[in-house]
Amino acid sequence: MRLLLHQLSFEQRIFWRSREAAVFVFVFPLLLYALLGTVYSGDIDGVPAEDVLLAGLLGYGAANTALGGLAITLVVRREAGVLKRLRSTPLPPGTYLAAVLVSTLLVFVLQSAALLALGRFAFGASAPANWLGFAGAIVLGVACFAGLGVGAASLIRSAEGVSAVVNVIILPMAFLSGSFGPTRDLPALLHELADVLPLTYFLEVVEGVYLDGDSLLAHLAALAVVAGWGAFGVAVAWRRFAWTPRSRAE
Amino acid sequence: MSAISVRGLRKSYGAVEALRGVTFEVEPGEIFGLLGPNGAGKTTTVEILEGYRRRDGGEVSVLGYDPGDSPRALRERIGVVLQHSELTPLLTVRETHILFAGYYARPRDVDEVIELVGLAEKRDARVKTLSGGQKRRLDLGVALVGDPDLVFLDEPTTGFDPAARRSAWELVRALRALGKTILLTTHYLDEAQQLADRVAVIRAGEIVELGTPADLIGATRGAEIRYRRDGEEVVIATDEPTAVLHRLTEEALRAGRELEHLEVRRPTLEDVYLELVDDELEPGA
Repeated sequence: MRLLLHQLSFEQRIFWRSREAAVFVFVFPLLLYALLGTVYSGDIDGVPAEDVLLAGLLGYGAANTALGGLAITLVVRREAGVLKRLRSTPLPPGTYLAAVLVSTLLVFVLQSAALLALGRFAFGASAPANWLGFAGAIVLGVACFAGLGVGAASLIRSAEGVSAVVNVIILPMAFLSGSFGPTRDLPALLHELADVLPLTYFLEVVEGVYLDGDSLLAHLAALAVVAGWGAFGVAVAWRRFAWTPRSRAE
Repeated sequence: MSAISVRGLRKSYGAVEALRGVTFEVEPGEIFGLLGPNGAGKTTTVEILEGYRRRDGGEVSVLGYDPGDSPRALRERIGVVLQHSELTPLLTVRETHILFAGYYARPRDVDEVIELVGLAEKRDARVKTLSGGQKRRLDLGVALVGDPDLVFLDEPTTGFDPAARRSAWELVRALRALGKTILLTTHYLDEAQQLADRVAVIRAGEIVELGTPADLIGATRGAEIRYRRDGEEVVIATDEPTAVLHRLTEEALRAGRELEHLEVRRPTLEDVYLELVDDELEPGA
C-alpha cells in the first residue's frame, strides 16, 4: 500500500507536468464540449442538447483518458526502456500497474467534475439524477477502457505511431457511438457497427444514470457488454504485454 | 560463496545458439569484465543474470538466488545499468532518486548518492535537460540508490568522449571502494584493462579466455619485432625475442644495413583480444 501511494504520487506529478498529456487527455474533451455545445441547441430526440452532449463527452473522455492515455503512456515508457528498468527493482509489477490505473481513474474523475461544472455554468446542463450510479458508471467505464488500453499497448509496436493509432480507434468509435451528437441519420451499416462498440453501451449506461436517474442494475445487459470488452483487452494484455522494448531487437 | 556462479549456461533464439555453455564465477568485491564484440553473447548473459531472460540450460546463481524466477529478495540487492534505457524526462534528478529509493527496503541517502555520482549541481534540473554523460550518471545513481551488493554495468561508457569515460571510470573505482561487486560488459579493451580485476573474453557464445588482464597478455607469444626493409614493413611474432633480435642485428651489421624503424613491443590486451575474436566472427545475438 505504501508502495502504491508512492508510485501514485509520482504518476500524478508526471501527468500534470506533461503539457501534451494534460492538453490531449484532460483539456480536449472539455474543448469539444465547449465547441459542440455552441453548435447544438434546443432538444436532441426530446432531451436538452447540452445534457446529451455532456453524457456523450463523458463517454468520449473515458475512452480518451483510459484507452488513449494509458496506451500512449505504456507504449512510450516501454519503448524508452522505463518499464524494463523498473522490472529489475523490487517494485512488484502488479503494484506498478495498479498505481498507473488508479492515477488514470483520478484524472478521469477530475475531468468528469470539470465537464459537469462546464455544462452547469456554460450551458445550464442538468446535474446527475443518480449520483451513486453516476460514480459507479465512471469507475466501470475507466476499468473497461483501461483494460482495452493495456490490451492496445500490448499490440502497438512503436512509440512513434501510438498516438495516431489510438486516435484512429477512438475518434471514429466516439462518432459512431453518438458522443458528438445524434446518430439517427447514420447509414444502416454504420449503425450495425456501432452496435458492437463498447462506447455505445457505456453511453447507454451514462445516459441512464445521469439523465433518467436509473439504477445501474437497470442496464445489466449494457454493463455486461462493457465489461466483456474490458475483459477482452485484459486477455490480450495477458498474452502479449511486454516490459521490454519491442522495436529494438537485441 | 561466489557473488555470481554460472555453469554451462545455454540460450538459443530459434536456430541460433547465442550461448553455448558459458562458465565463470565472480567473487564478492571483484570487478569482473565480460569482454567481446557485438553479438558475442555479452548482453544475453547479463540479461539472464539480471532476470530479464530465461536460460535454456545450465546452472546460474546470483547472490545465492536463481535469477530465473527474478525473486524480489534478489531485486532488493542488485543494481542495474542497462545499455539503453531512459528515465522519466519530466522529473528532476533528485525526484528520480527519491522515486527509486522508495522501491527498496533499505535505501541509501538520496543526497549522498547524488553527490557520489557527481550530479549535486544538477540536483533540481529536469532529466530532459541533462547531457548524455549526465544521464548515464543518473542511471548509475538510480542503480545505487537501493544500496545493492552487486551492480551490473552493461557497456556503461559507450558513446562517451574520452574525458567523460575517464570520469566514469573514477566512479566505478569509487564503487569498488564501497565494497560492491561489479559485473561490467564492454567492447572497449582499455576499459577492461583499466577497471577489471578479471576478464572473460566471450566470442560466438563461448568463453575463449579468462583471467586477469595481465594473465591474458602474458598467456600469448612474448613479443613482436617490427622494422622496415626497403620500405616494406616486416613483423615477426616470437616467444624468443632476444635470440631473434640478436640474429637480425647481427645480419644487419654484417651487411652494413640499418634496421629502419626497429621496434620491439609486448602485445597489449587489444592485440590479444583481436587475435581471440578476429579469426571467425559468427553471428550471435
